[in-house]
Amino acid sequence: MHHRKKRILIASPGLDGHDRGAKLVAYALKDAGMEVIYLGIHRTTEEIVTAALEEDVDFIGLSMLSGAHLILADQILKKMAEYRMGDISLVAGGTIPKKDIGKLKEMGVSLVFPTQTPLDKIISELMEY
Amino acid sequence: MNETKKVLESGIEVRPKYTYEDIKAFDILKEIGDPGEYPYTRGIHKTMYRDRLWTMRQYAGFGTPKDSNQRYKYLLDQGQTGLSVALDLPTQMGLDPDNPMSLGEVGRVGVSISTLKDMETLFEGLPLDRVTTSFTINATAAMLLAMYLCVAEKQGVPFEKVGGTIQNDILKEYVARGAWIYPPEFSLRLIVDTIEYCTKYTPRFNPISIAGAHFKDAGCTCVQEAAYTLADAIEYIKAVLSRGLNIDDFAQRLSFFFYTHNSFFEEIAKYRAMRKLWAKYMKERFKAQNPRSWLFRFGVVCGGSTLMPQQPEVNTIRVAYQALASVLGGVQSMFTCALDEPFSIPTEENARLALRTQQVMAFETGVVDTSDPLGGSYFVESLTKEMEERINELVMKIESRGGMVKSIKEGFIQKQILEEANKKEKRVSSGETVVVGVNQFTIDEEERELTLHEYNENVAKEQIAALDEIRSMRDKGKVKKHLERLRAAAKSNENLIPYLIEAFRDYVSIGEVCGVFKEEYGVFEQPAII
Repeated sequence: MHHRKKRILIASPGLDGHDRGAKLVAYALKDAGMEVIYLGIHRTTEEIVTAALEEDVDFIGLSMLSGAHLILADQILKKMAEYRMGDISLVAGGTIPKKDIGKLKEMGVSLVFPTQTPLDKIISELMEY
Repeated sequence: MNETKKVLESGIEVRPKYTYEDIKAFDILKEIGDPGEYPYTRGIHKTMYRDRLWTMRQYAGFGTPKDSNQRYKYLLDQGQTGLSVALDLPTQMGLDPDNPMSLGEVGRVGVSISTLKDMETLFEGLPLDRVTTSFTINATAAMLLAMYLCVAEKQGVPFEKVGGTIQNDILKEYVARGAWIYPPEFSLRLIVDTIEYCTKYTPRFNPISIAGAHFKDAGCTCVQEAAYTLADAIEYIKAVLSRGLNIDDFAQRLSFFFYTHNSFFEEIAKYRAMRKLWAKYMKERFKAQNPRSWLFRFGVVCGGSTLMPQQPEVNTIRVAYQALASVLGGVQSMFTCALDEPFSIPTEENARLALRTQQVMAFETGVVDTSDPLGGSYFVESLTKEMEERINELVMKIESRGGMVKSIKEGFIQKQILEEANKKEKRVSSGETVVVGVNQFTIDEEERELTLHEYNENVAKEQIAALDEIRSMRDKGKVKKHLERLRAAAKSNENLIPYLIEAFRDYVSIGEVCGVFKEEYGVFEQPAII
């Protein structure tokens, strides 16, 4: 049986422009054998969700550093529900305090990687998911 | 014998010992001069901190203008000597709080400012002739300057007495910080407008703080940080000269901003080398005659990406060493990050401790008692010389590629930085670089929870209501007229600052002004680099 490579779309939603983390993760996942579509910063909910559909990805990876992650993730999840994208998992990374990890997961975010999560851990959790 | 090589991030090998042999090849007295004398390697003042300490300027701002006004008063009460305003992302991006893109961001990473009313509240009880203010603002720097001057007007403070700084360095935004709006050409025009305006009307105000800090925090080395910053400065100087100003008219108003990270001597040498290179560039290349034009004045931030969420208390120690390196490097103004900044903006308690870090150094250690205490050190002088050569080499390389704007448009700088960030990441994950509490000396922290600054969810509602009120009260005809005048001025070659001042005086909002410019000049599209 042919197993296609796992595909992930990585984007920074909203207004924050810091992209070191998002780019590092994108590179590491590419090195690990995933197909990475990097959408960059300042992306709207519509842009992210539409791109995910067009690219037929397995994951949407959001990089969020401003602290607005609960609101930003909620917007994306709502749009994903609207477009019936149940087969795509949402993954969040960035400046996310411990107390919000549970909240994000309850909302429907599959995996959460706060800053300083080792890249190996991000890779293995995505590969095994 | 341990034969492991010690190599700095900048690629310079550190030998086990330095002696006279390492500096005898160059004319040390000519190379470094005395403090306060050309080429200023040893500092821009003769007596440095004995006569005047650096400005302690903690980056602060959150929530409504009233919330931030209270924090500023608190910090000044605690002995801080200048203000540094953190603005929220909508303000940085030229959006009003009611714009759909502002959702979740109003008053979050900084204070929300959309009309003059907000700015008036922000500086209530803070006389602008007695306090200097630095604004970390770039794409909308011209707008914030205009609003600040409107506040001065209302307070009865003449423009020539207003002191402070706007960061106003858009080039590094395209590469490393991401808060851009317009394409480079119109952005540069706004920057030249502010420099020209300040040169004429606000002699105590720095219209630009050319920043290497964000390159550094995006992952690059000290040499890259320094070279990219100098290359940016050269672009700005060329743009202002082409407006017809003389170098000595505005050179004294250029200031700089960097991150001091952990590599102690490399950071010190970076500042000493840059000071010297700048003096040489200004005197020899740009033919500045006034010695004041040769002075490299810079502020720093300590912390940033070196701060770790694991064992956050350790961050205070990192920042203290970085602050010491900054002072030994001859800094003019300093912001020391608080220990909780890997998670959020700091609590009042942690902000106070961060300020105390500077105060202990200034008042207890005696490092301020003599100028450039490391001057003449075999190691430091040798390292300074090597850094100078490497920085200059990279500046020349960028120049030969056609300068910074071209290199940014082609994605060259972005690629270099990303490459360095990748190397750094690999060194940390392999354990080659030790990070205390992260890849060594770790503890189980599952149960620990820090008390963090809480974002007030009502801020957006309050700011939108305040804006609605302003909109209902102001003269609509005047607003329309101002926006038309701004559009016409934007299409012409006129300096935009007087038009901005007039518009804000009548409570036109930042979103409205930036919208007009967007319609005329469009927005920047980031080059794909992955």
